[in-house]
Amino acid sequence: MKPEAYSERQVEVDGWQVNLTSYQLGASFHCKADNVSPGAWLARTTGTTRQEAEQKALERARQLLSRTRRQ
Amino acid sequence: MSDYANPETLVSTAWAGEHAKDPNVRVVEVDVDTSAYNEGHVPGAIAWAWNKQLCDTVRRDILSQQDFEKLMSESGVGNDTTVVLYGDNNNWFAAWAFWQMKMYGHRDVRLMNGGRKKWIAEGRDLTTEVPKPLRTRYSASKADLSLRAFLPEVQRALSQNGAALVDVRSPQEFSGEILAPPGLPETCQRGGHIPGARSIPWGKACRDDGTFLPYEELKALYAEEGIDGSKPVIAYCRIGERSSHTWFALKHLLGYRNVKNYDGSWTEWGNLVGAPVERGAALTAGGGR
Repeated sequence: MKPEAYSERQVEVDGWQVNLTSYQLGASFHCKADNVSPGAWLARTTGTTRQEAEQKALERARQLLSRTRRQ
Repeated sequence: MSDYANPETLVSTAWAGEHAKDPNVRVVEVDVDTSAYNEGHVPGAIAWAWNKQLCDTVRRDILSQQDFEKLMSESGVGNDTTVVLYGDNNNWFAAWAFWQMKMYGHRDVRLMNGGRKKWIAEGRDLTTEVPKPLRTRYSASKADLSLRAFLPEVQRALSQNGAALVDVRSPQEFSGEILAPPGLPETCQRGGHIPGARSIPWGKACRDDGTFLPYEELKALYAEEGIDGSKPVIAYCRIGERSSHTWFALKHLLGYRNVKNYDGSWTEWGNLVGAPVERGAALTAGGGR
């Protein structure tokens, strides 16, 4: 199977830039959230629509990023 | 890719697609997110988990020679196999695996330029089929420690100015504003950087599609910070995987002879009692901020 409808965009979550990558694979949409700097993986989710997959990834990213303390 | 010092150490996604199932080629996915492989991978690729298969799981160390031989044998890798590594995060842990394979003397190991991200962005085939390689009898060389820096060498580099230190973490980690990449666990007691280290975040070596910068741009990136191969270089990050990426760029793409990866990195230095730590934003090579 081939990934289709690949998309990448940046959003701000809790004051941090997050890169959202999503694509369709078969009947599912997959989404990956990375922090932009340094580019580390935060969450990978699936959904029946792109919106659902992105929403889940953003929720997980928000949980993780809210724990990051600035010194 | 032909201008690089060792262009044979990089292959394109197209090359990997054409050769992944060749009998003498073994493609291996090595991800930060170790479950990404199960979602779909390059047809013919196997996976190595960095946190279980590419390190000693008891003490903090790379694989022993014996465990490395076992992993290669079980993976169907022979001493003359061409191993192509790729992974997420622009090949962070694929580069970590590359570094270990070079330490144990594997001759023909390559990175797939752009990694998993580029493969998917190009809409190339993914499969969930897991190959079952035939076992080999792999024989590794003794670890080549000229590729690896331990703490005493880093301390000497600091006191004697014998090697250039390159901190490849994000600017916020370098300055001490945060202790770990946003969203990841804090695994050190203090923030900041090793005094005198140059800040050259690993990602600056890549284009948007995850591939490495062309030779001249890559050379200029490091030269701007005084890293030109004229003196030994030690790269570090938090746990040694991002610095493997930079180590690869300096050693294999630019061809600088004496480059080491300090895999103890900030999780070692930032936890040492009494170690000197510098905080604040990076100085430019000219001395300004």
